[in-house]
Amino acid sequence: MSSTWNDAPGGFHPVSAPDYLPRAQLEALQLGRLQAIVRRAYQRVPLFRERMEARRLGPDSLRALPDLGALPFTVKADLRDTYPFGLFASPMEEVVRLHASSGTTGKPIVVAYTEADLQVWTSVMVRAFAACGLHRGDVIQNAYGYGLFTGGLGAHYGAEALGATVIPISGGNTERQLMVLQDFGVTAICCTPSYMVHLVERARESGIGLGKLAVGVFGAEPWSEGMRRHIQDAAGIRAHDIYGLSEIVGPGVGIECLHRDGLHLFEDHFYPEIVDPETGAVLPDGSEGELVLTTLSKQAMPMIRYRTRDVTAILPEPCRCGRTLRRIRRIGRRADDMFIIRGVNVFPSQVEAALLQAEGTLPHYQIVLTRAHGLDEMEVQVEVTGALFSDRIGGLEALQAKIADAVEHVVGLRVKIHLAAPHTLPRSEGKARRVVDRRDP
Amino acid sequence: MTVRQLSLFLENRPGQLRVPCRALGEAGLDVLTMSLADTREFGILRLVVEDWARARAVLEAAGQVVNVTDLLAIDVPARPGGLAEVLGALERAGLGIEYMYPFTTGDREGRATLLFRVEDPASAAPRLAAAGVPVVAAAELFRRRRG
Repeated sequence: MSSTWNDAPGGFHPVSAPDYLPRAQLEALQLGRLQAIVRRAYQRVPLFRERMEARRLGPDSLRALPDLGALPFTVKADLRDTYPFGLFASPMEEVVRLHASSGTTGKPIVVAYTEADLQVWTSVMVRAFAACGLHRGDVIQNAYGYGLFTGGLGAHYGAEALGATVIPISGGNTERQLMVLQDFGVTAICCTPSYMVHLVERARESGIGLGKLAVGVFGAEPWSEGMRRHIQDAAGIRAHDIYGLSEIVGPGVGIECLHRDGLHLFEDHFYPEIVDPETGAVLPDGSEGELVLTTLSKQAMPMIRYRTRDVTAILPEPCRCGRTLRRIRRIGRRADDMFIIRGVNVFPSQVEAALLQAEGTLPHYQIVLTRAHGLDEMEVQVEVTGALFSDRIGGLEALQAKIADAVEHVVGLRVKIHLAAPHTLPRSEGKARRVVDRRDP
Repeated sequence: MTVRQLSLFLENRPGQLRVPCRALGEAGLDVLTMSLADTREFGILRLVVEDWARARAVLEAAGQVVNVTDLLAIDVPARPGGLAEVLGALERAGLGIEYMYPFTTGDREGRATLLFRVEDPASAAPRLAAAGVPVVAAAELFRRRRG
């Protein structure tokens, strides 16, 4: 064990050892696990077997890792179509936990864990926290929602197993969050980045400090580098991006180490590919495309080539931290977050970048799409904060024009800017809903 | 020599004006004068409250965004041409007026008090006073109102 392994002043956490496996050893481990998981899914999941048979592929078709590219994809609709338990590969007697997504449309998707699956999940969360420099002695305020959402319990058990002190406060109740943050000597917080922006804003408005808070572990929604700088400067903390999705395990699929230059994937349990979102062709490392993940050890619900809809690239260069786990570029957008207005492709992250550029701060915002007389309209609703507010009508109109200019510059469209009263736009404790599409289908 | 004003952002929707007024009422804070500027989409409510710091805290706790600005209070002779004279003095001092509205004490001893929003009121106040314009300090304004 070299001392470069030591992210945490408290010492190297033994559970992080797989982060530093030599590549050859890691790839041998991946292949063995991949062969076993494909066999398991083939034998136990009818949908997967049908698709393999349609391609004339047997349970033992994998000779090497790149052979995975020939296997069928799994998509979110497969989870809905087989709702609730159709993709399970373990009998209910072996399933010890169920989670479900909030599901913005129709039925949620349901995911299952055996006892061994929970142990894997906890171990990757411990490795994730350790990579953020957290250790025994840290006091972690877990403001992810507890319940069917995987964020709350995933972070909870990981933080406990790390040996840190966990405050299971769950989401919401900002006043209480700020009180606990100060009074309990909290050193790290877990929540969505948009909720952190809200917490910092409320703390500032109320003249409250953030006590000993030094580290934030933020995830469950895409966020920009500008938003990271904003949070880091406003809160005086180190902000880490954590990646995960319920279909794969929950939080703990990937994490930014202290260098915060891409997210290390826990490749010994989750095998990444980048594919062209249109053709599905596998792209080489370094190319931007859709992240596709295969679970290597999940028993209750193996996911083979799951299309995440998250757009990123695998960073080929080794990281300065010494981990051999490959990194993905932080996810700024989702393949399905994009919307098309008047023939222009727009990502919410572009609007966010324009707001940051125009104001130097990130107000809470929402994009509303409407259609009047056959013409699509895009409105950006921006909450007026103390920093933006002027006592002059002219000042506010200039603010509207400045934001409209910045959005036009980035997106290429003149859009309407609506100034909203503070705390009036909807906020979720899970993923922030940035786009409301009111256009008729 | 200046008077503190609180400005609030209001969306142009029914019920928006009542929220801050009720919050101040429940806190026992008296609004001495106010003005509402509006556009099609939003409005700015401007208030003068003697204990402005507490009023600001109360309004912010009620979820309002509050901006603090200083105004000049000027006694204007209550006779034809009185306002034009004061405006002439402001013009000679090179002061542009962003907006203005009356202080609610109204006509007292032959004068009305108006509140002016100008650039840099802190430096404008002594200049105007030196030029003979009757600028009224906040303490004097509140004393008069108590009578």
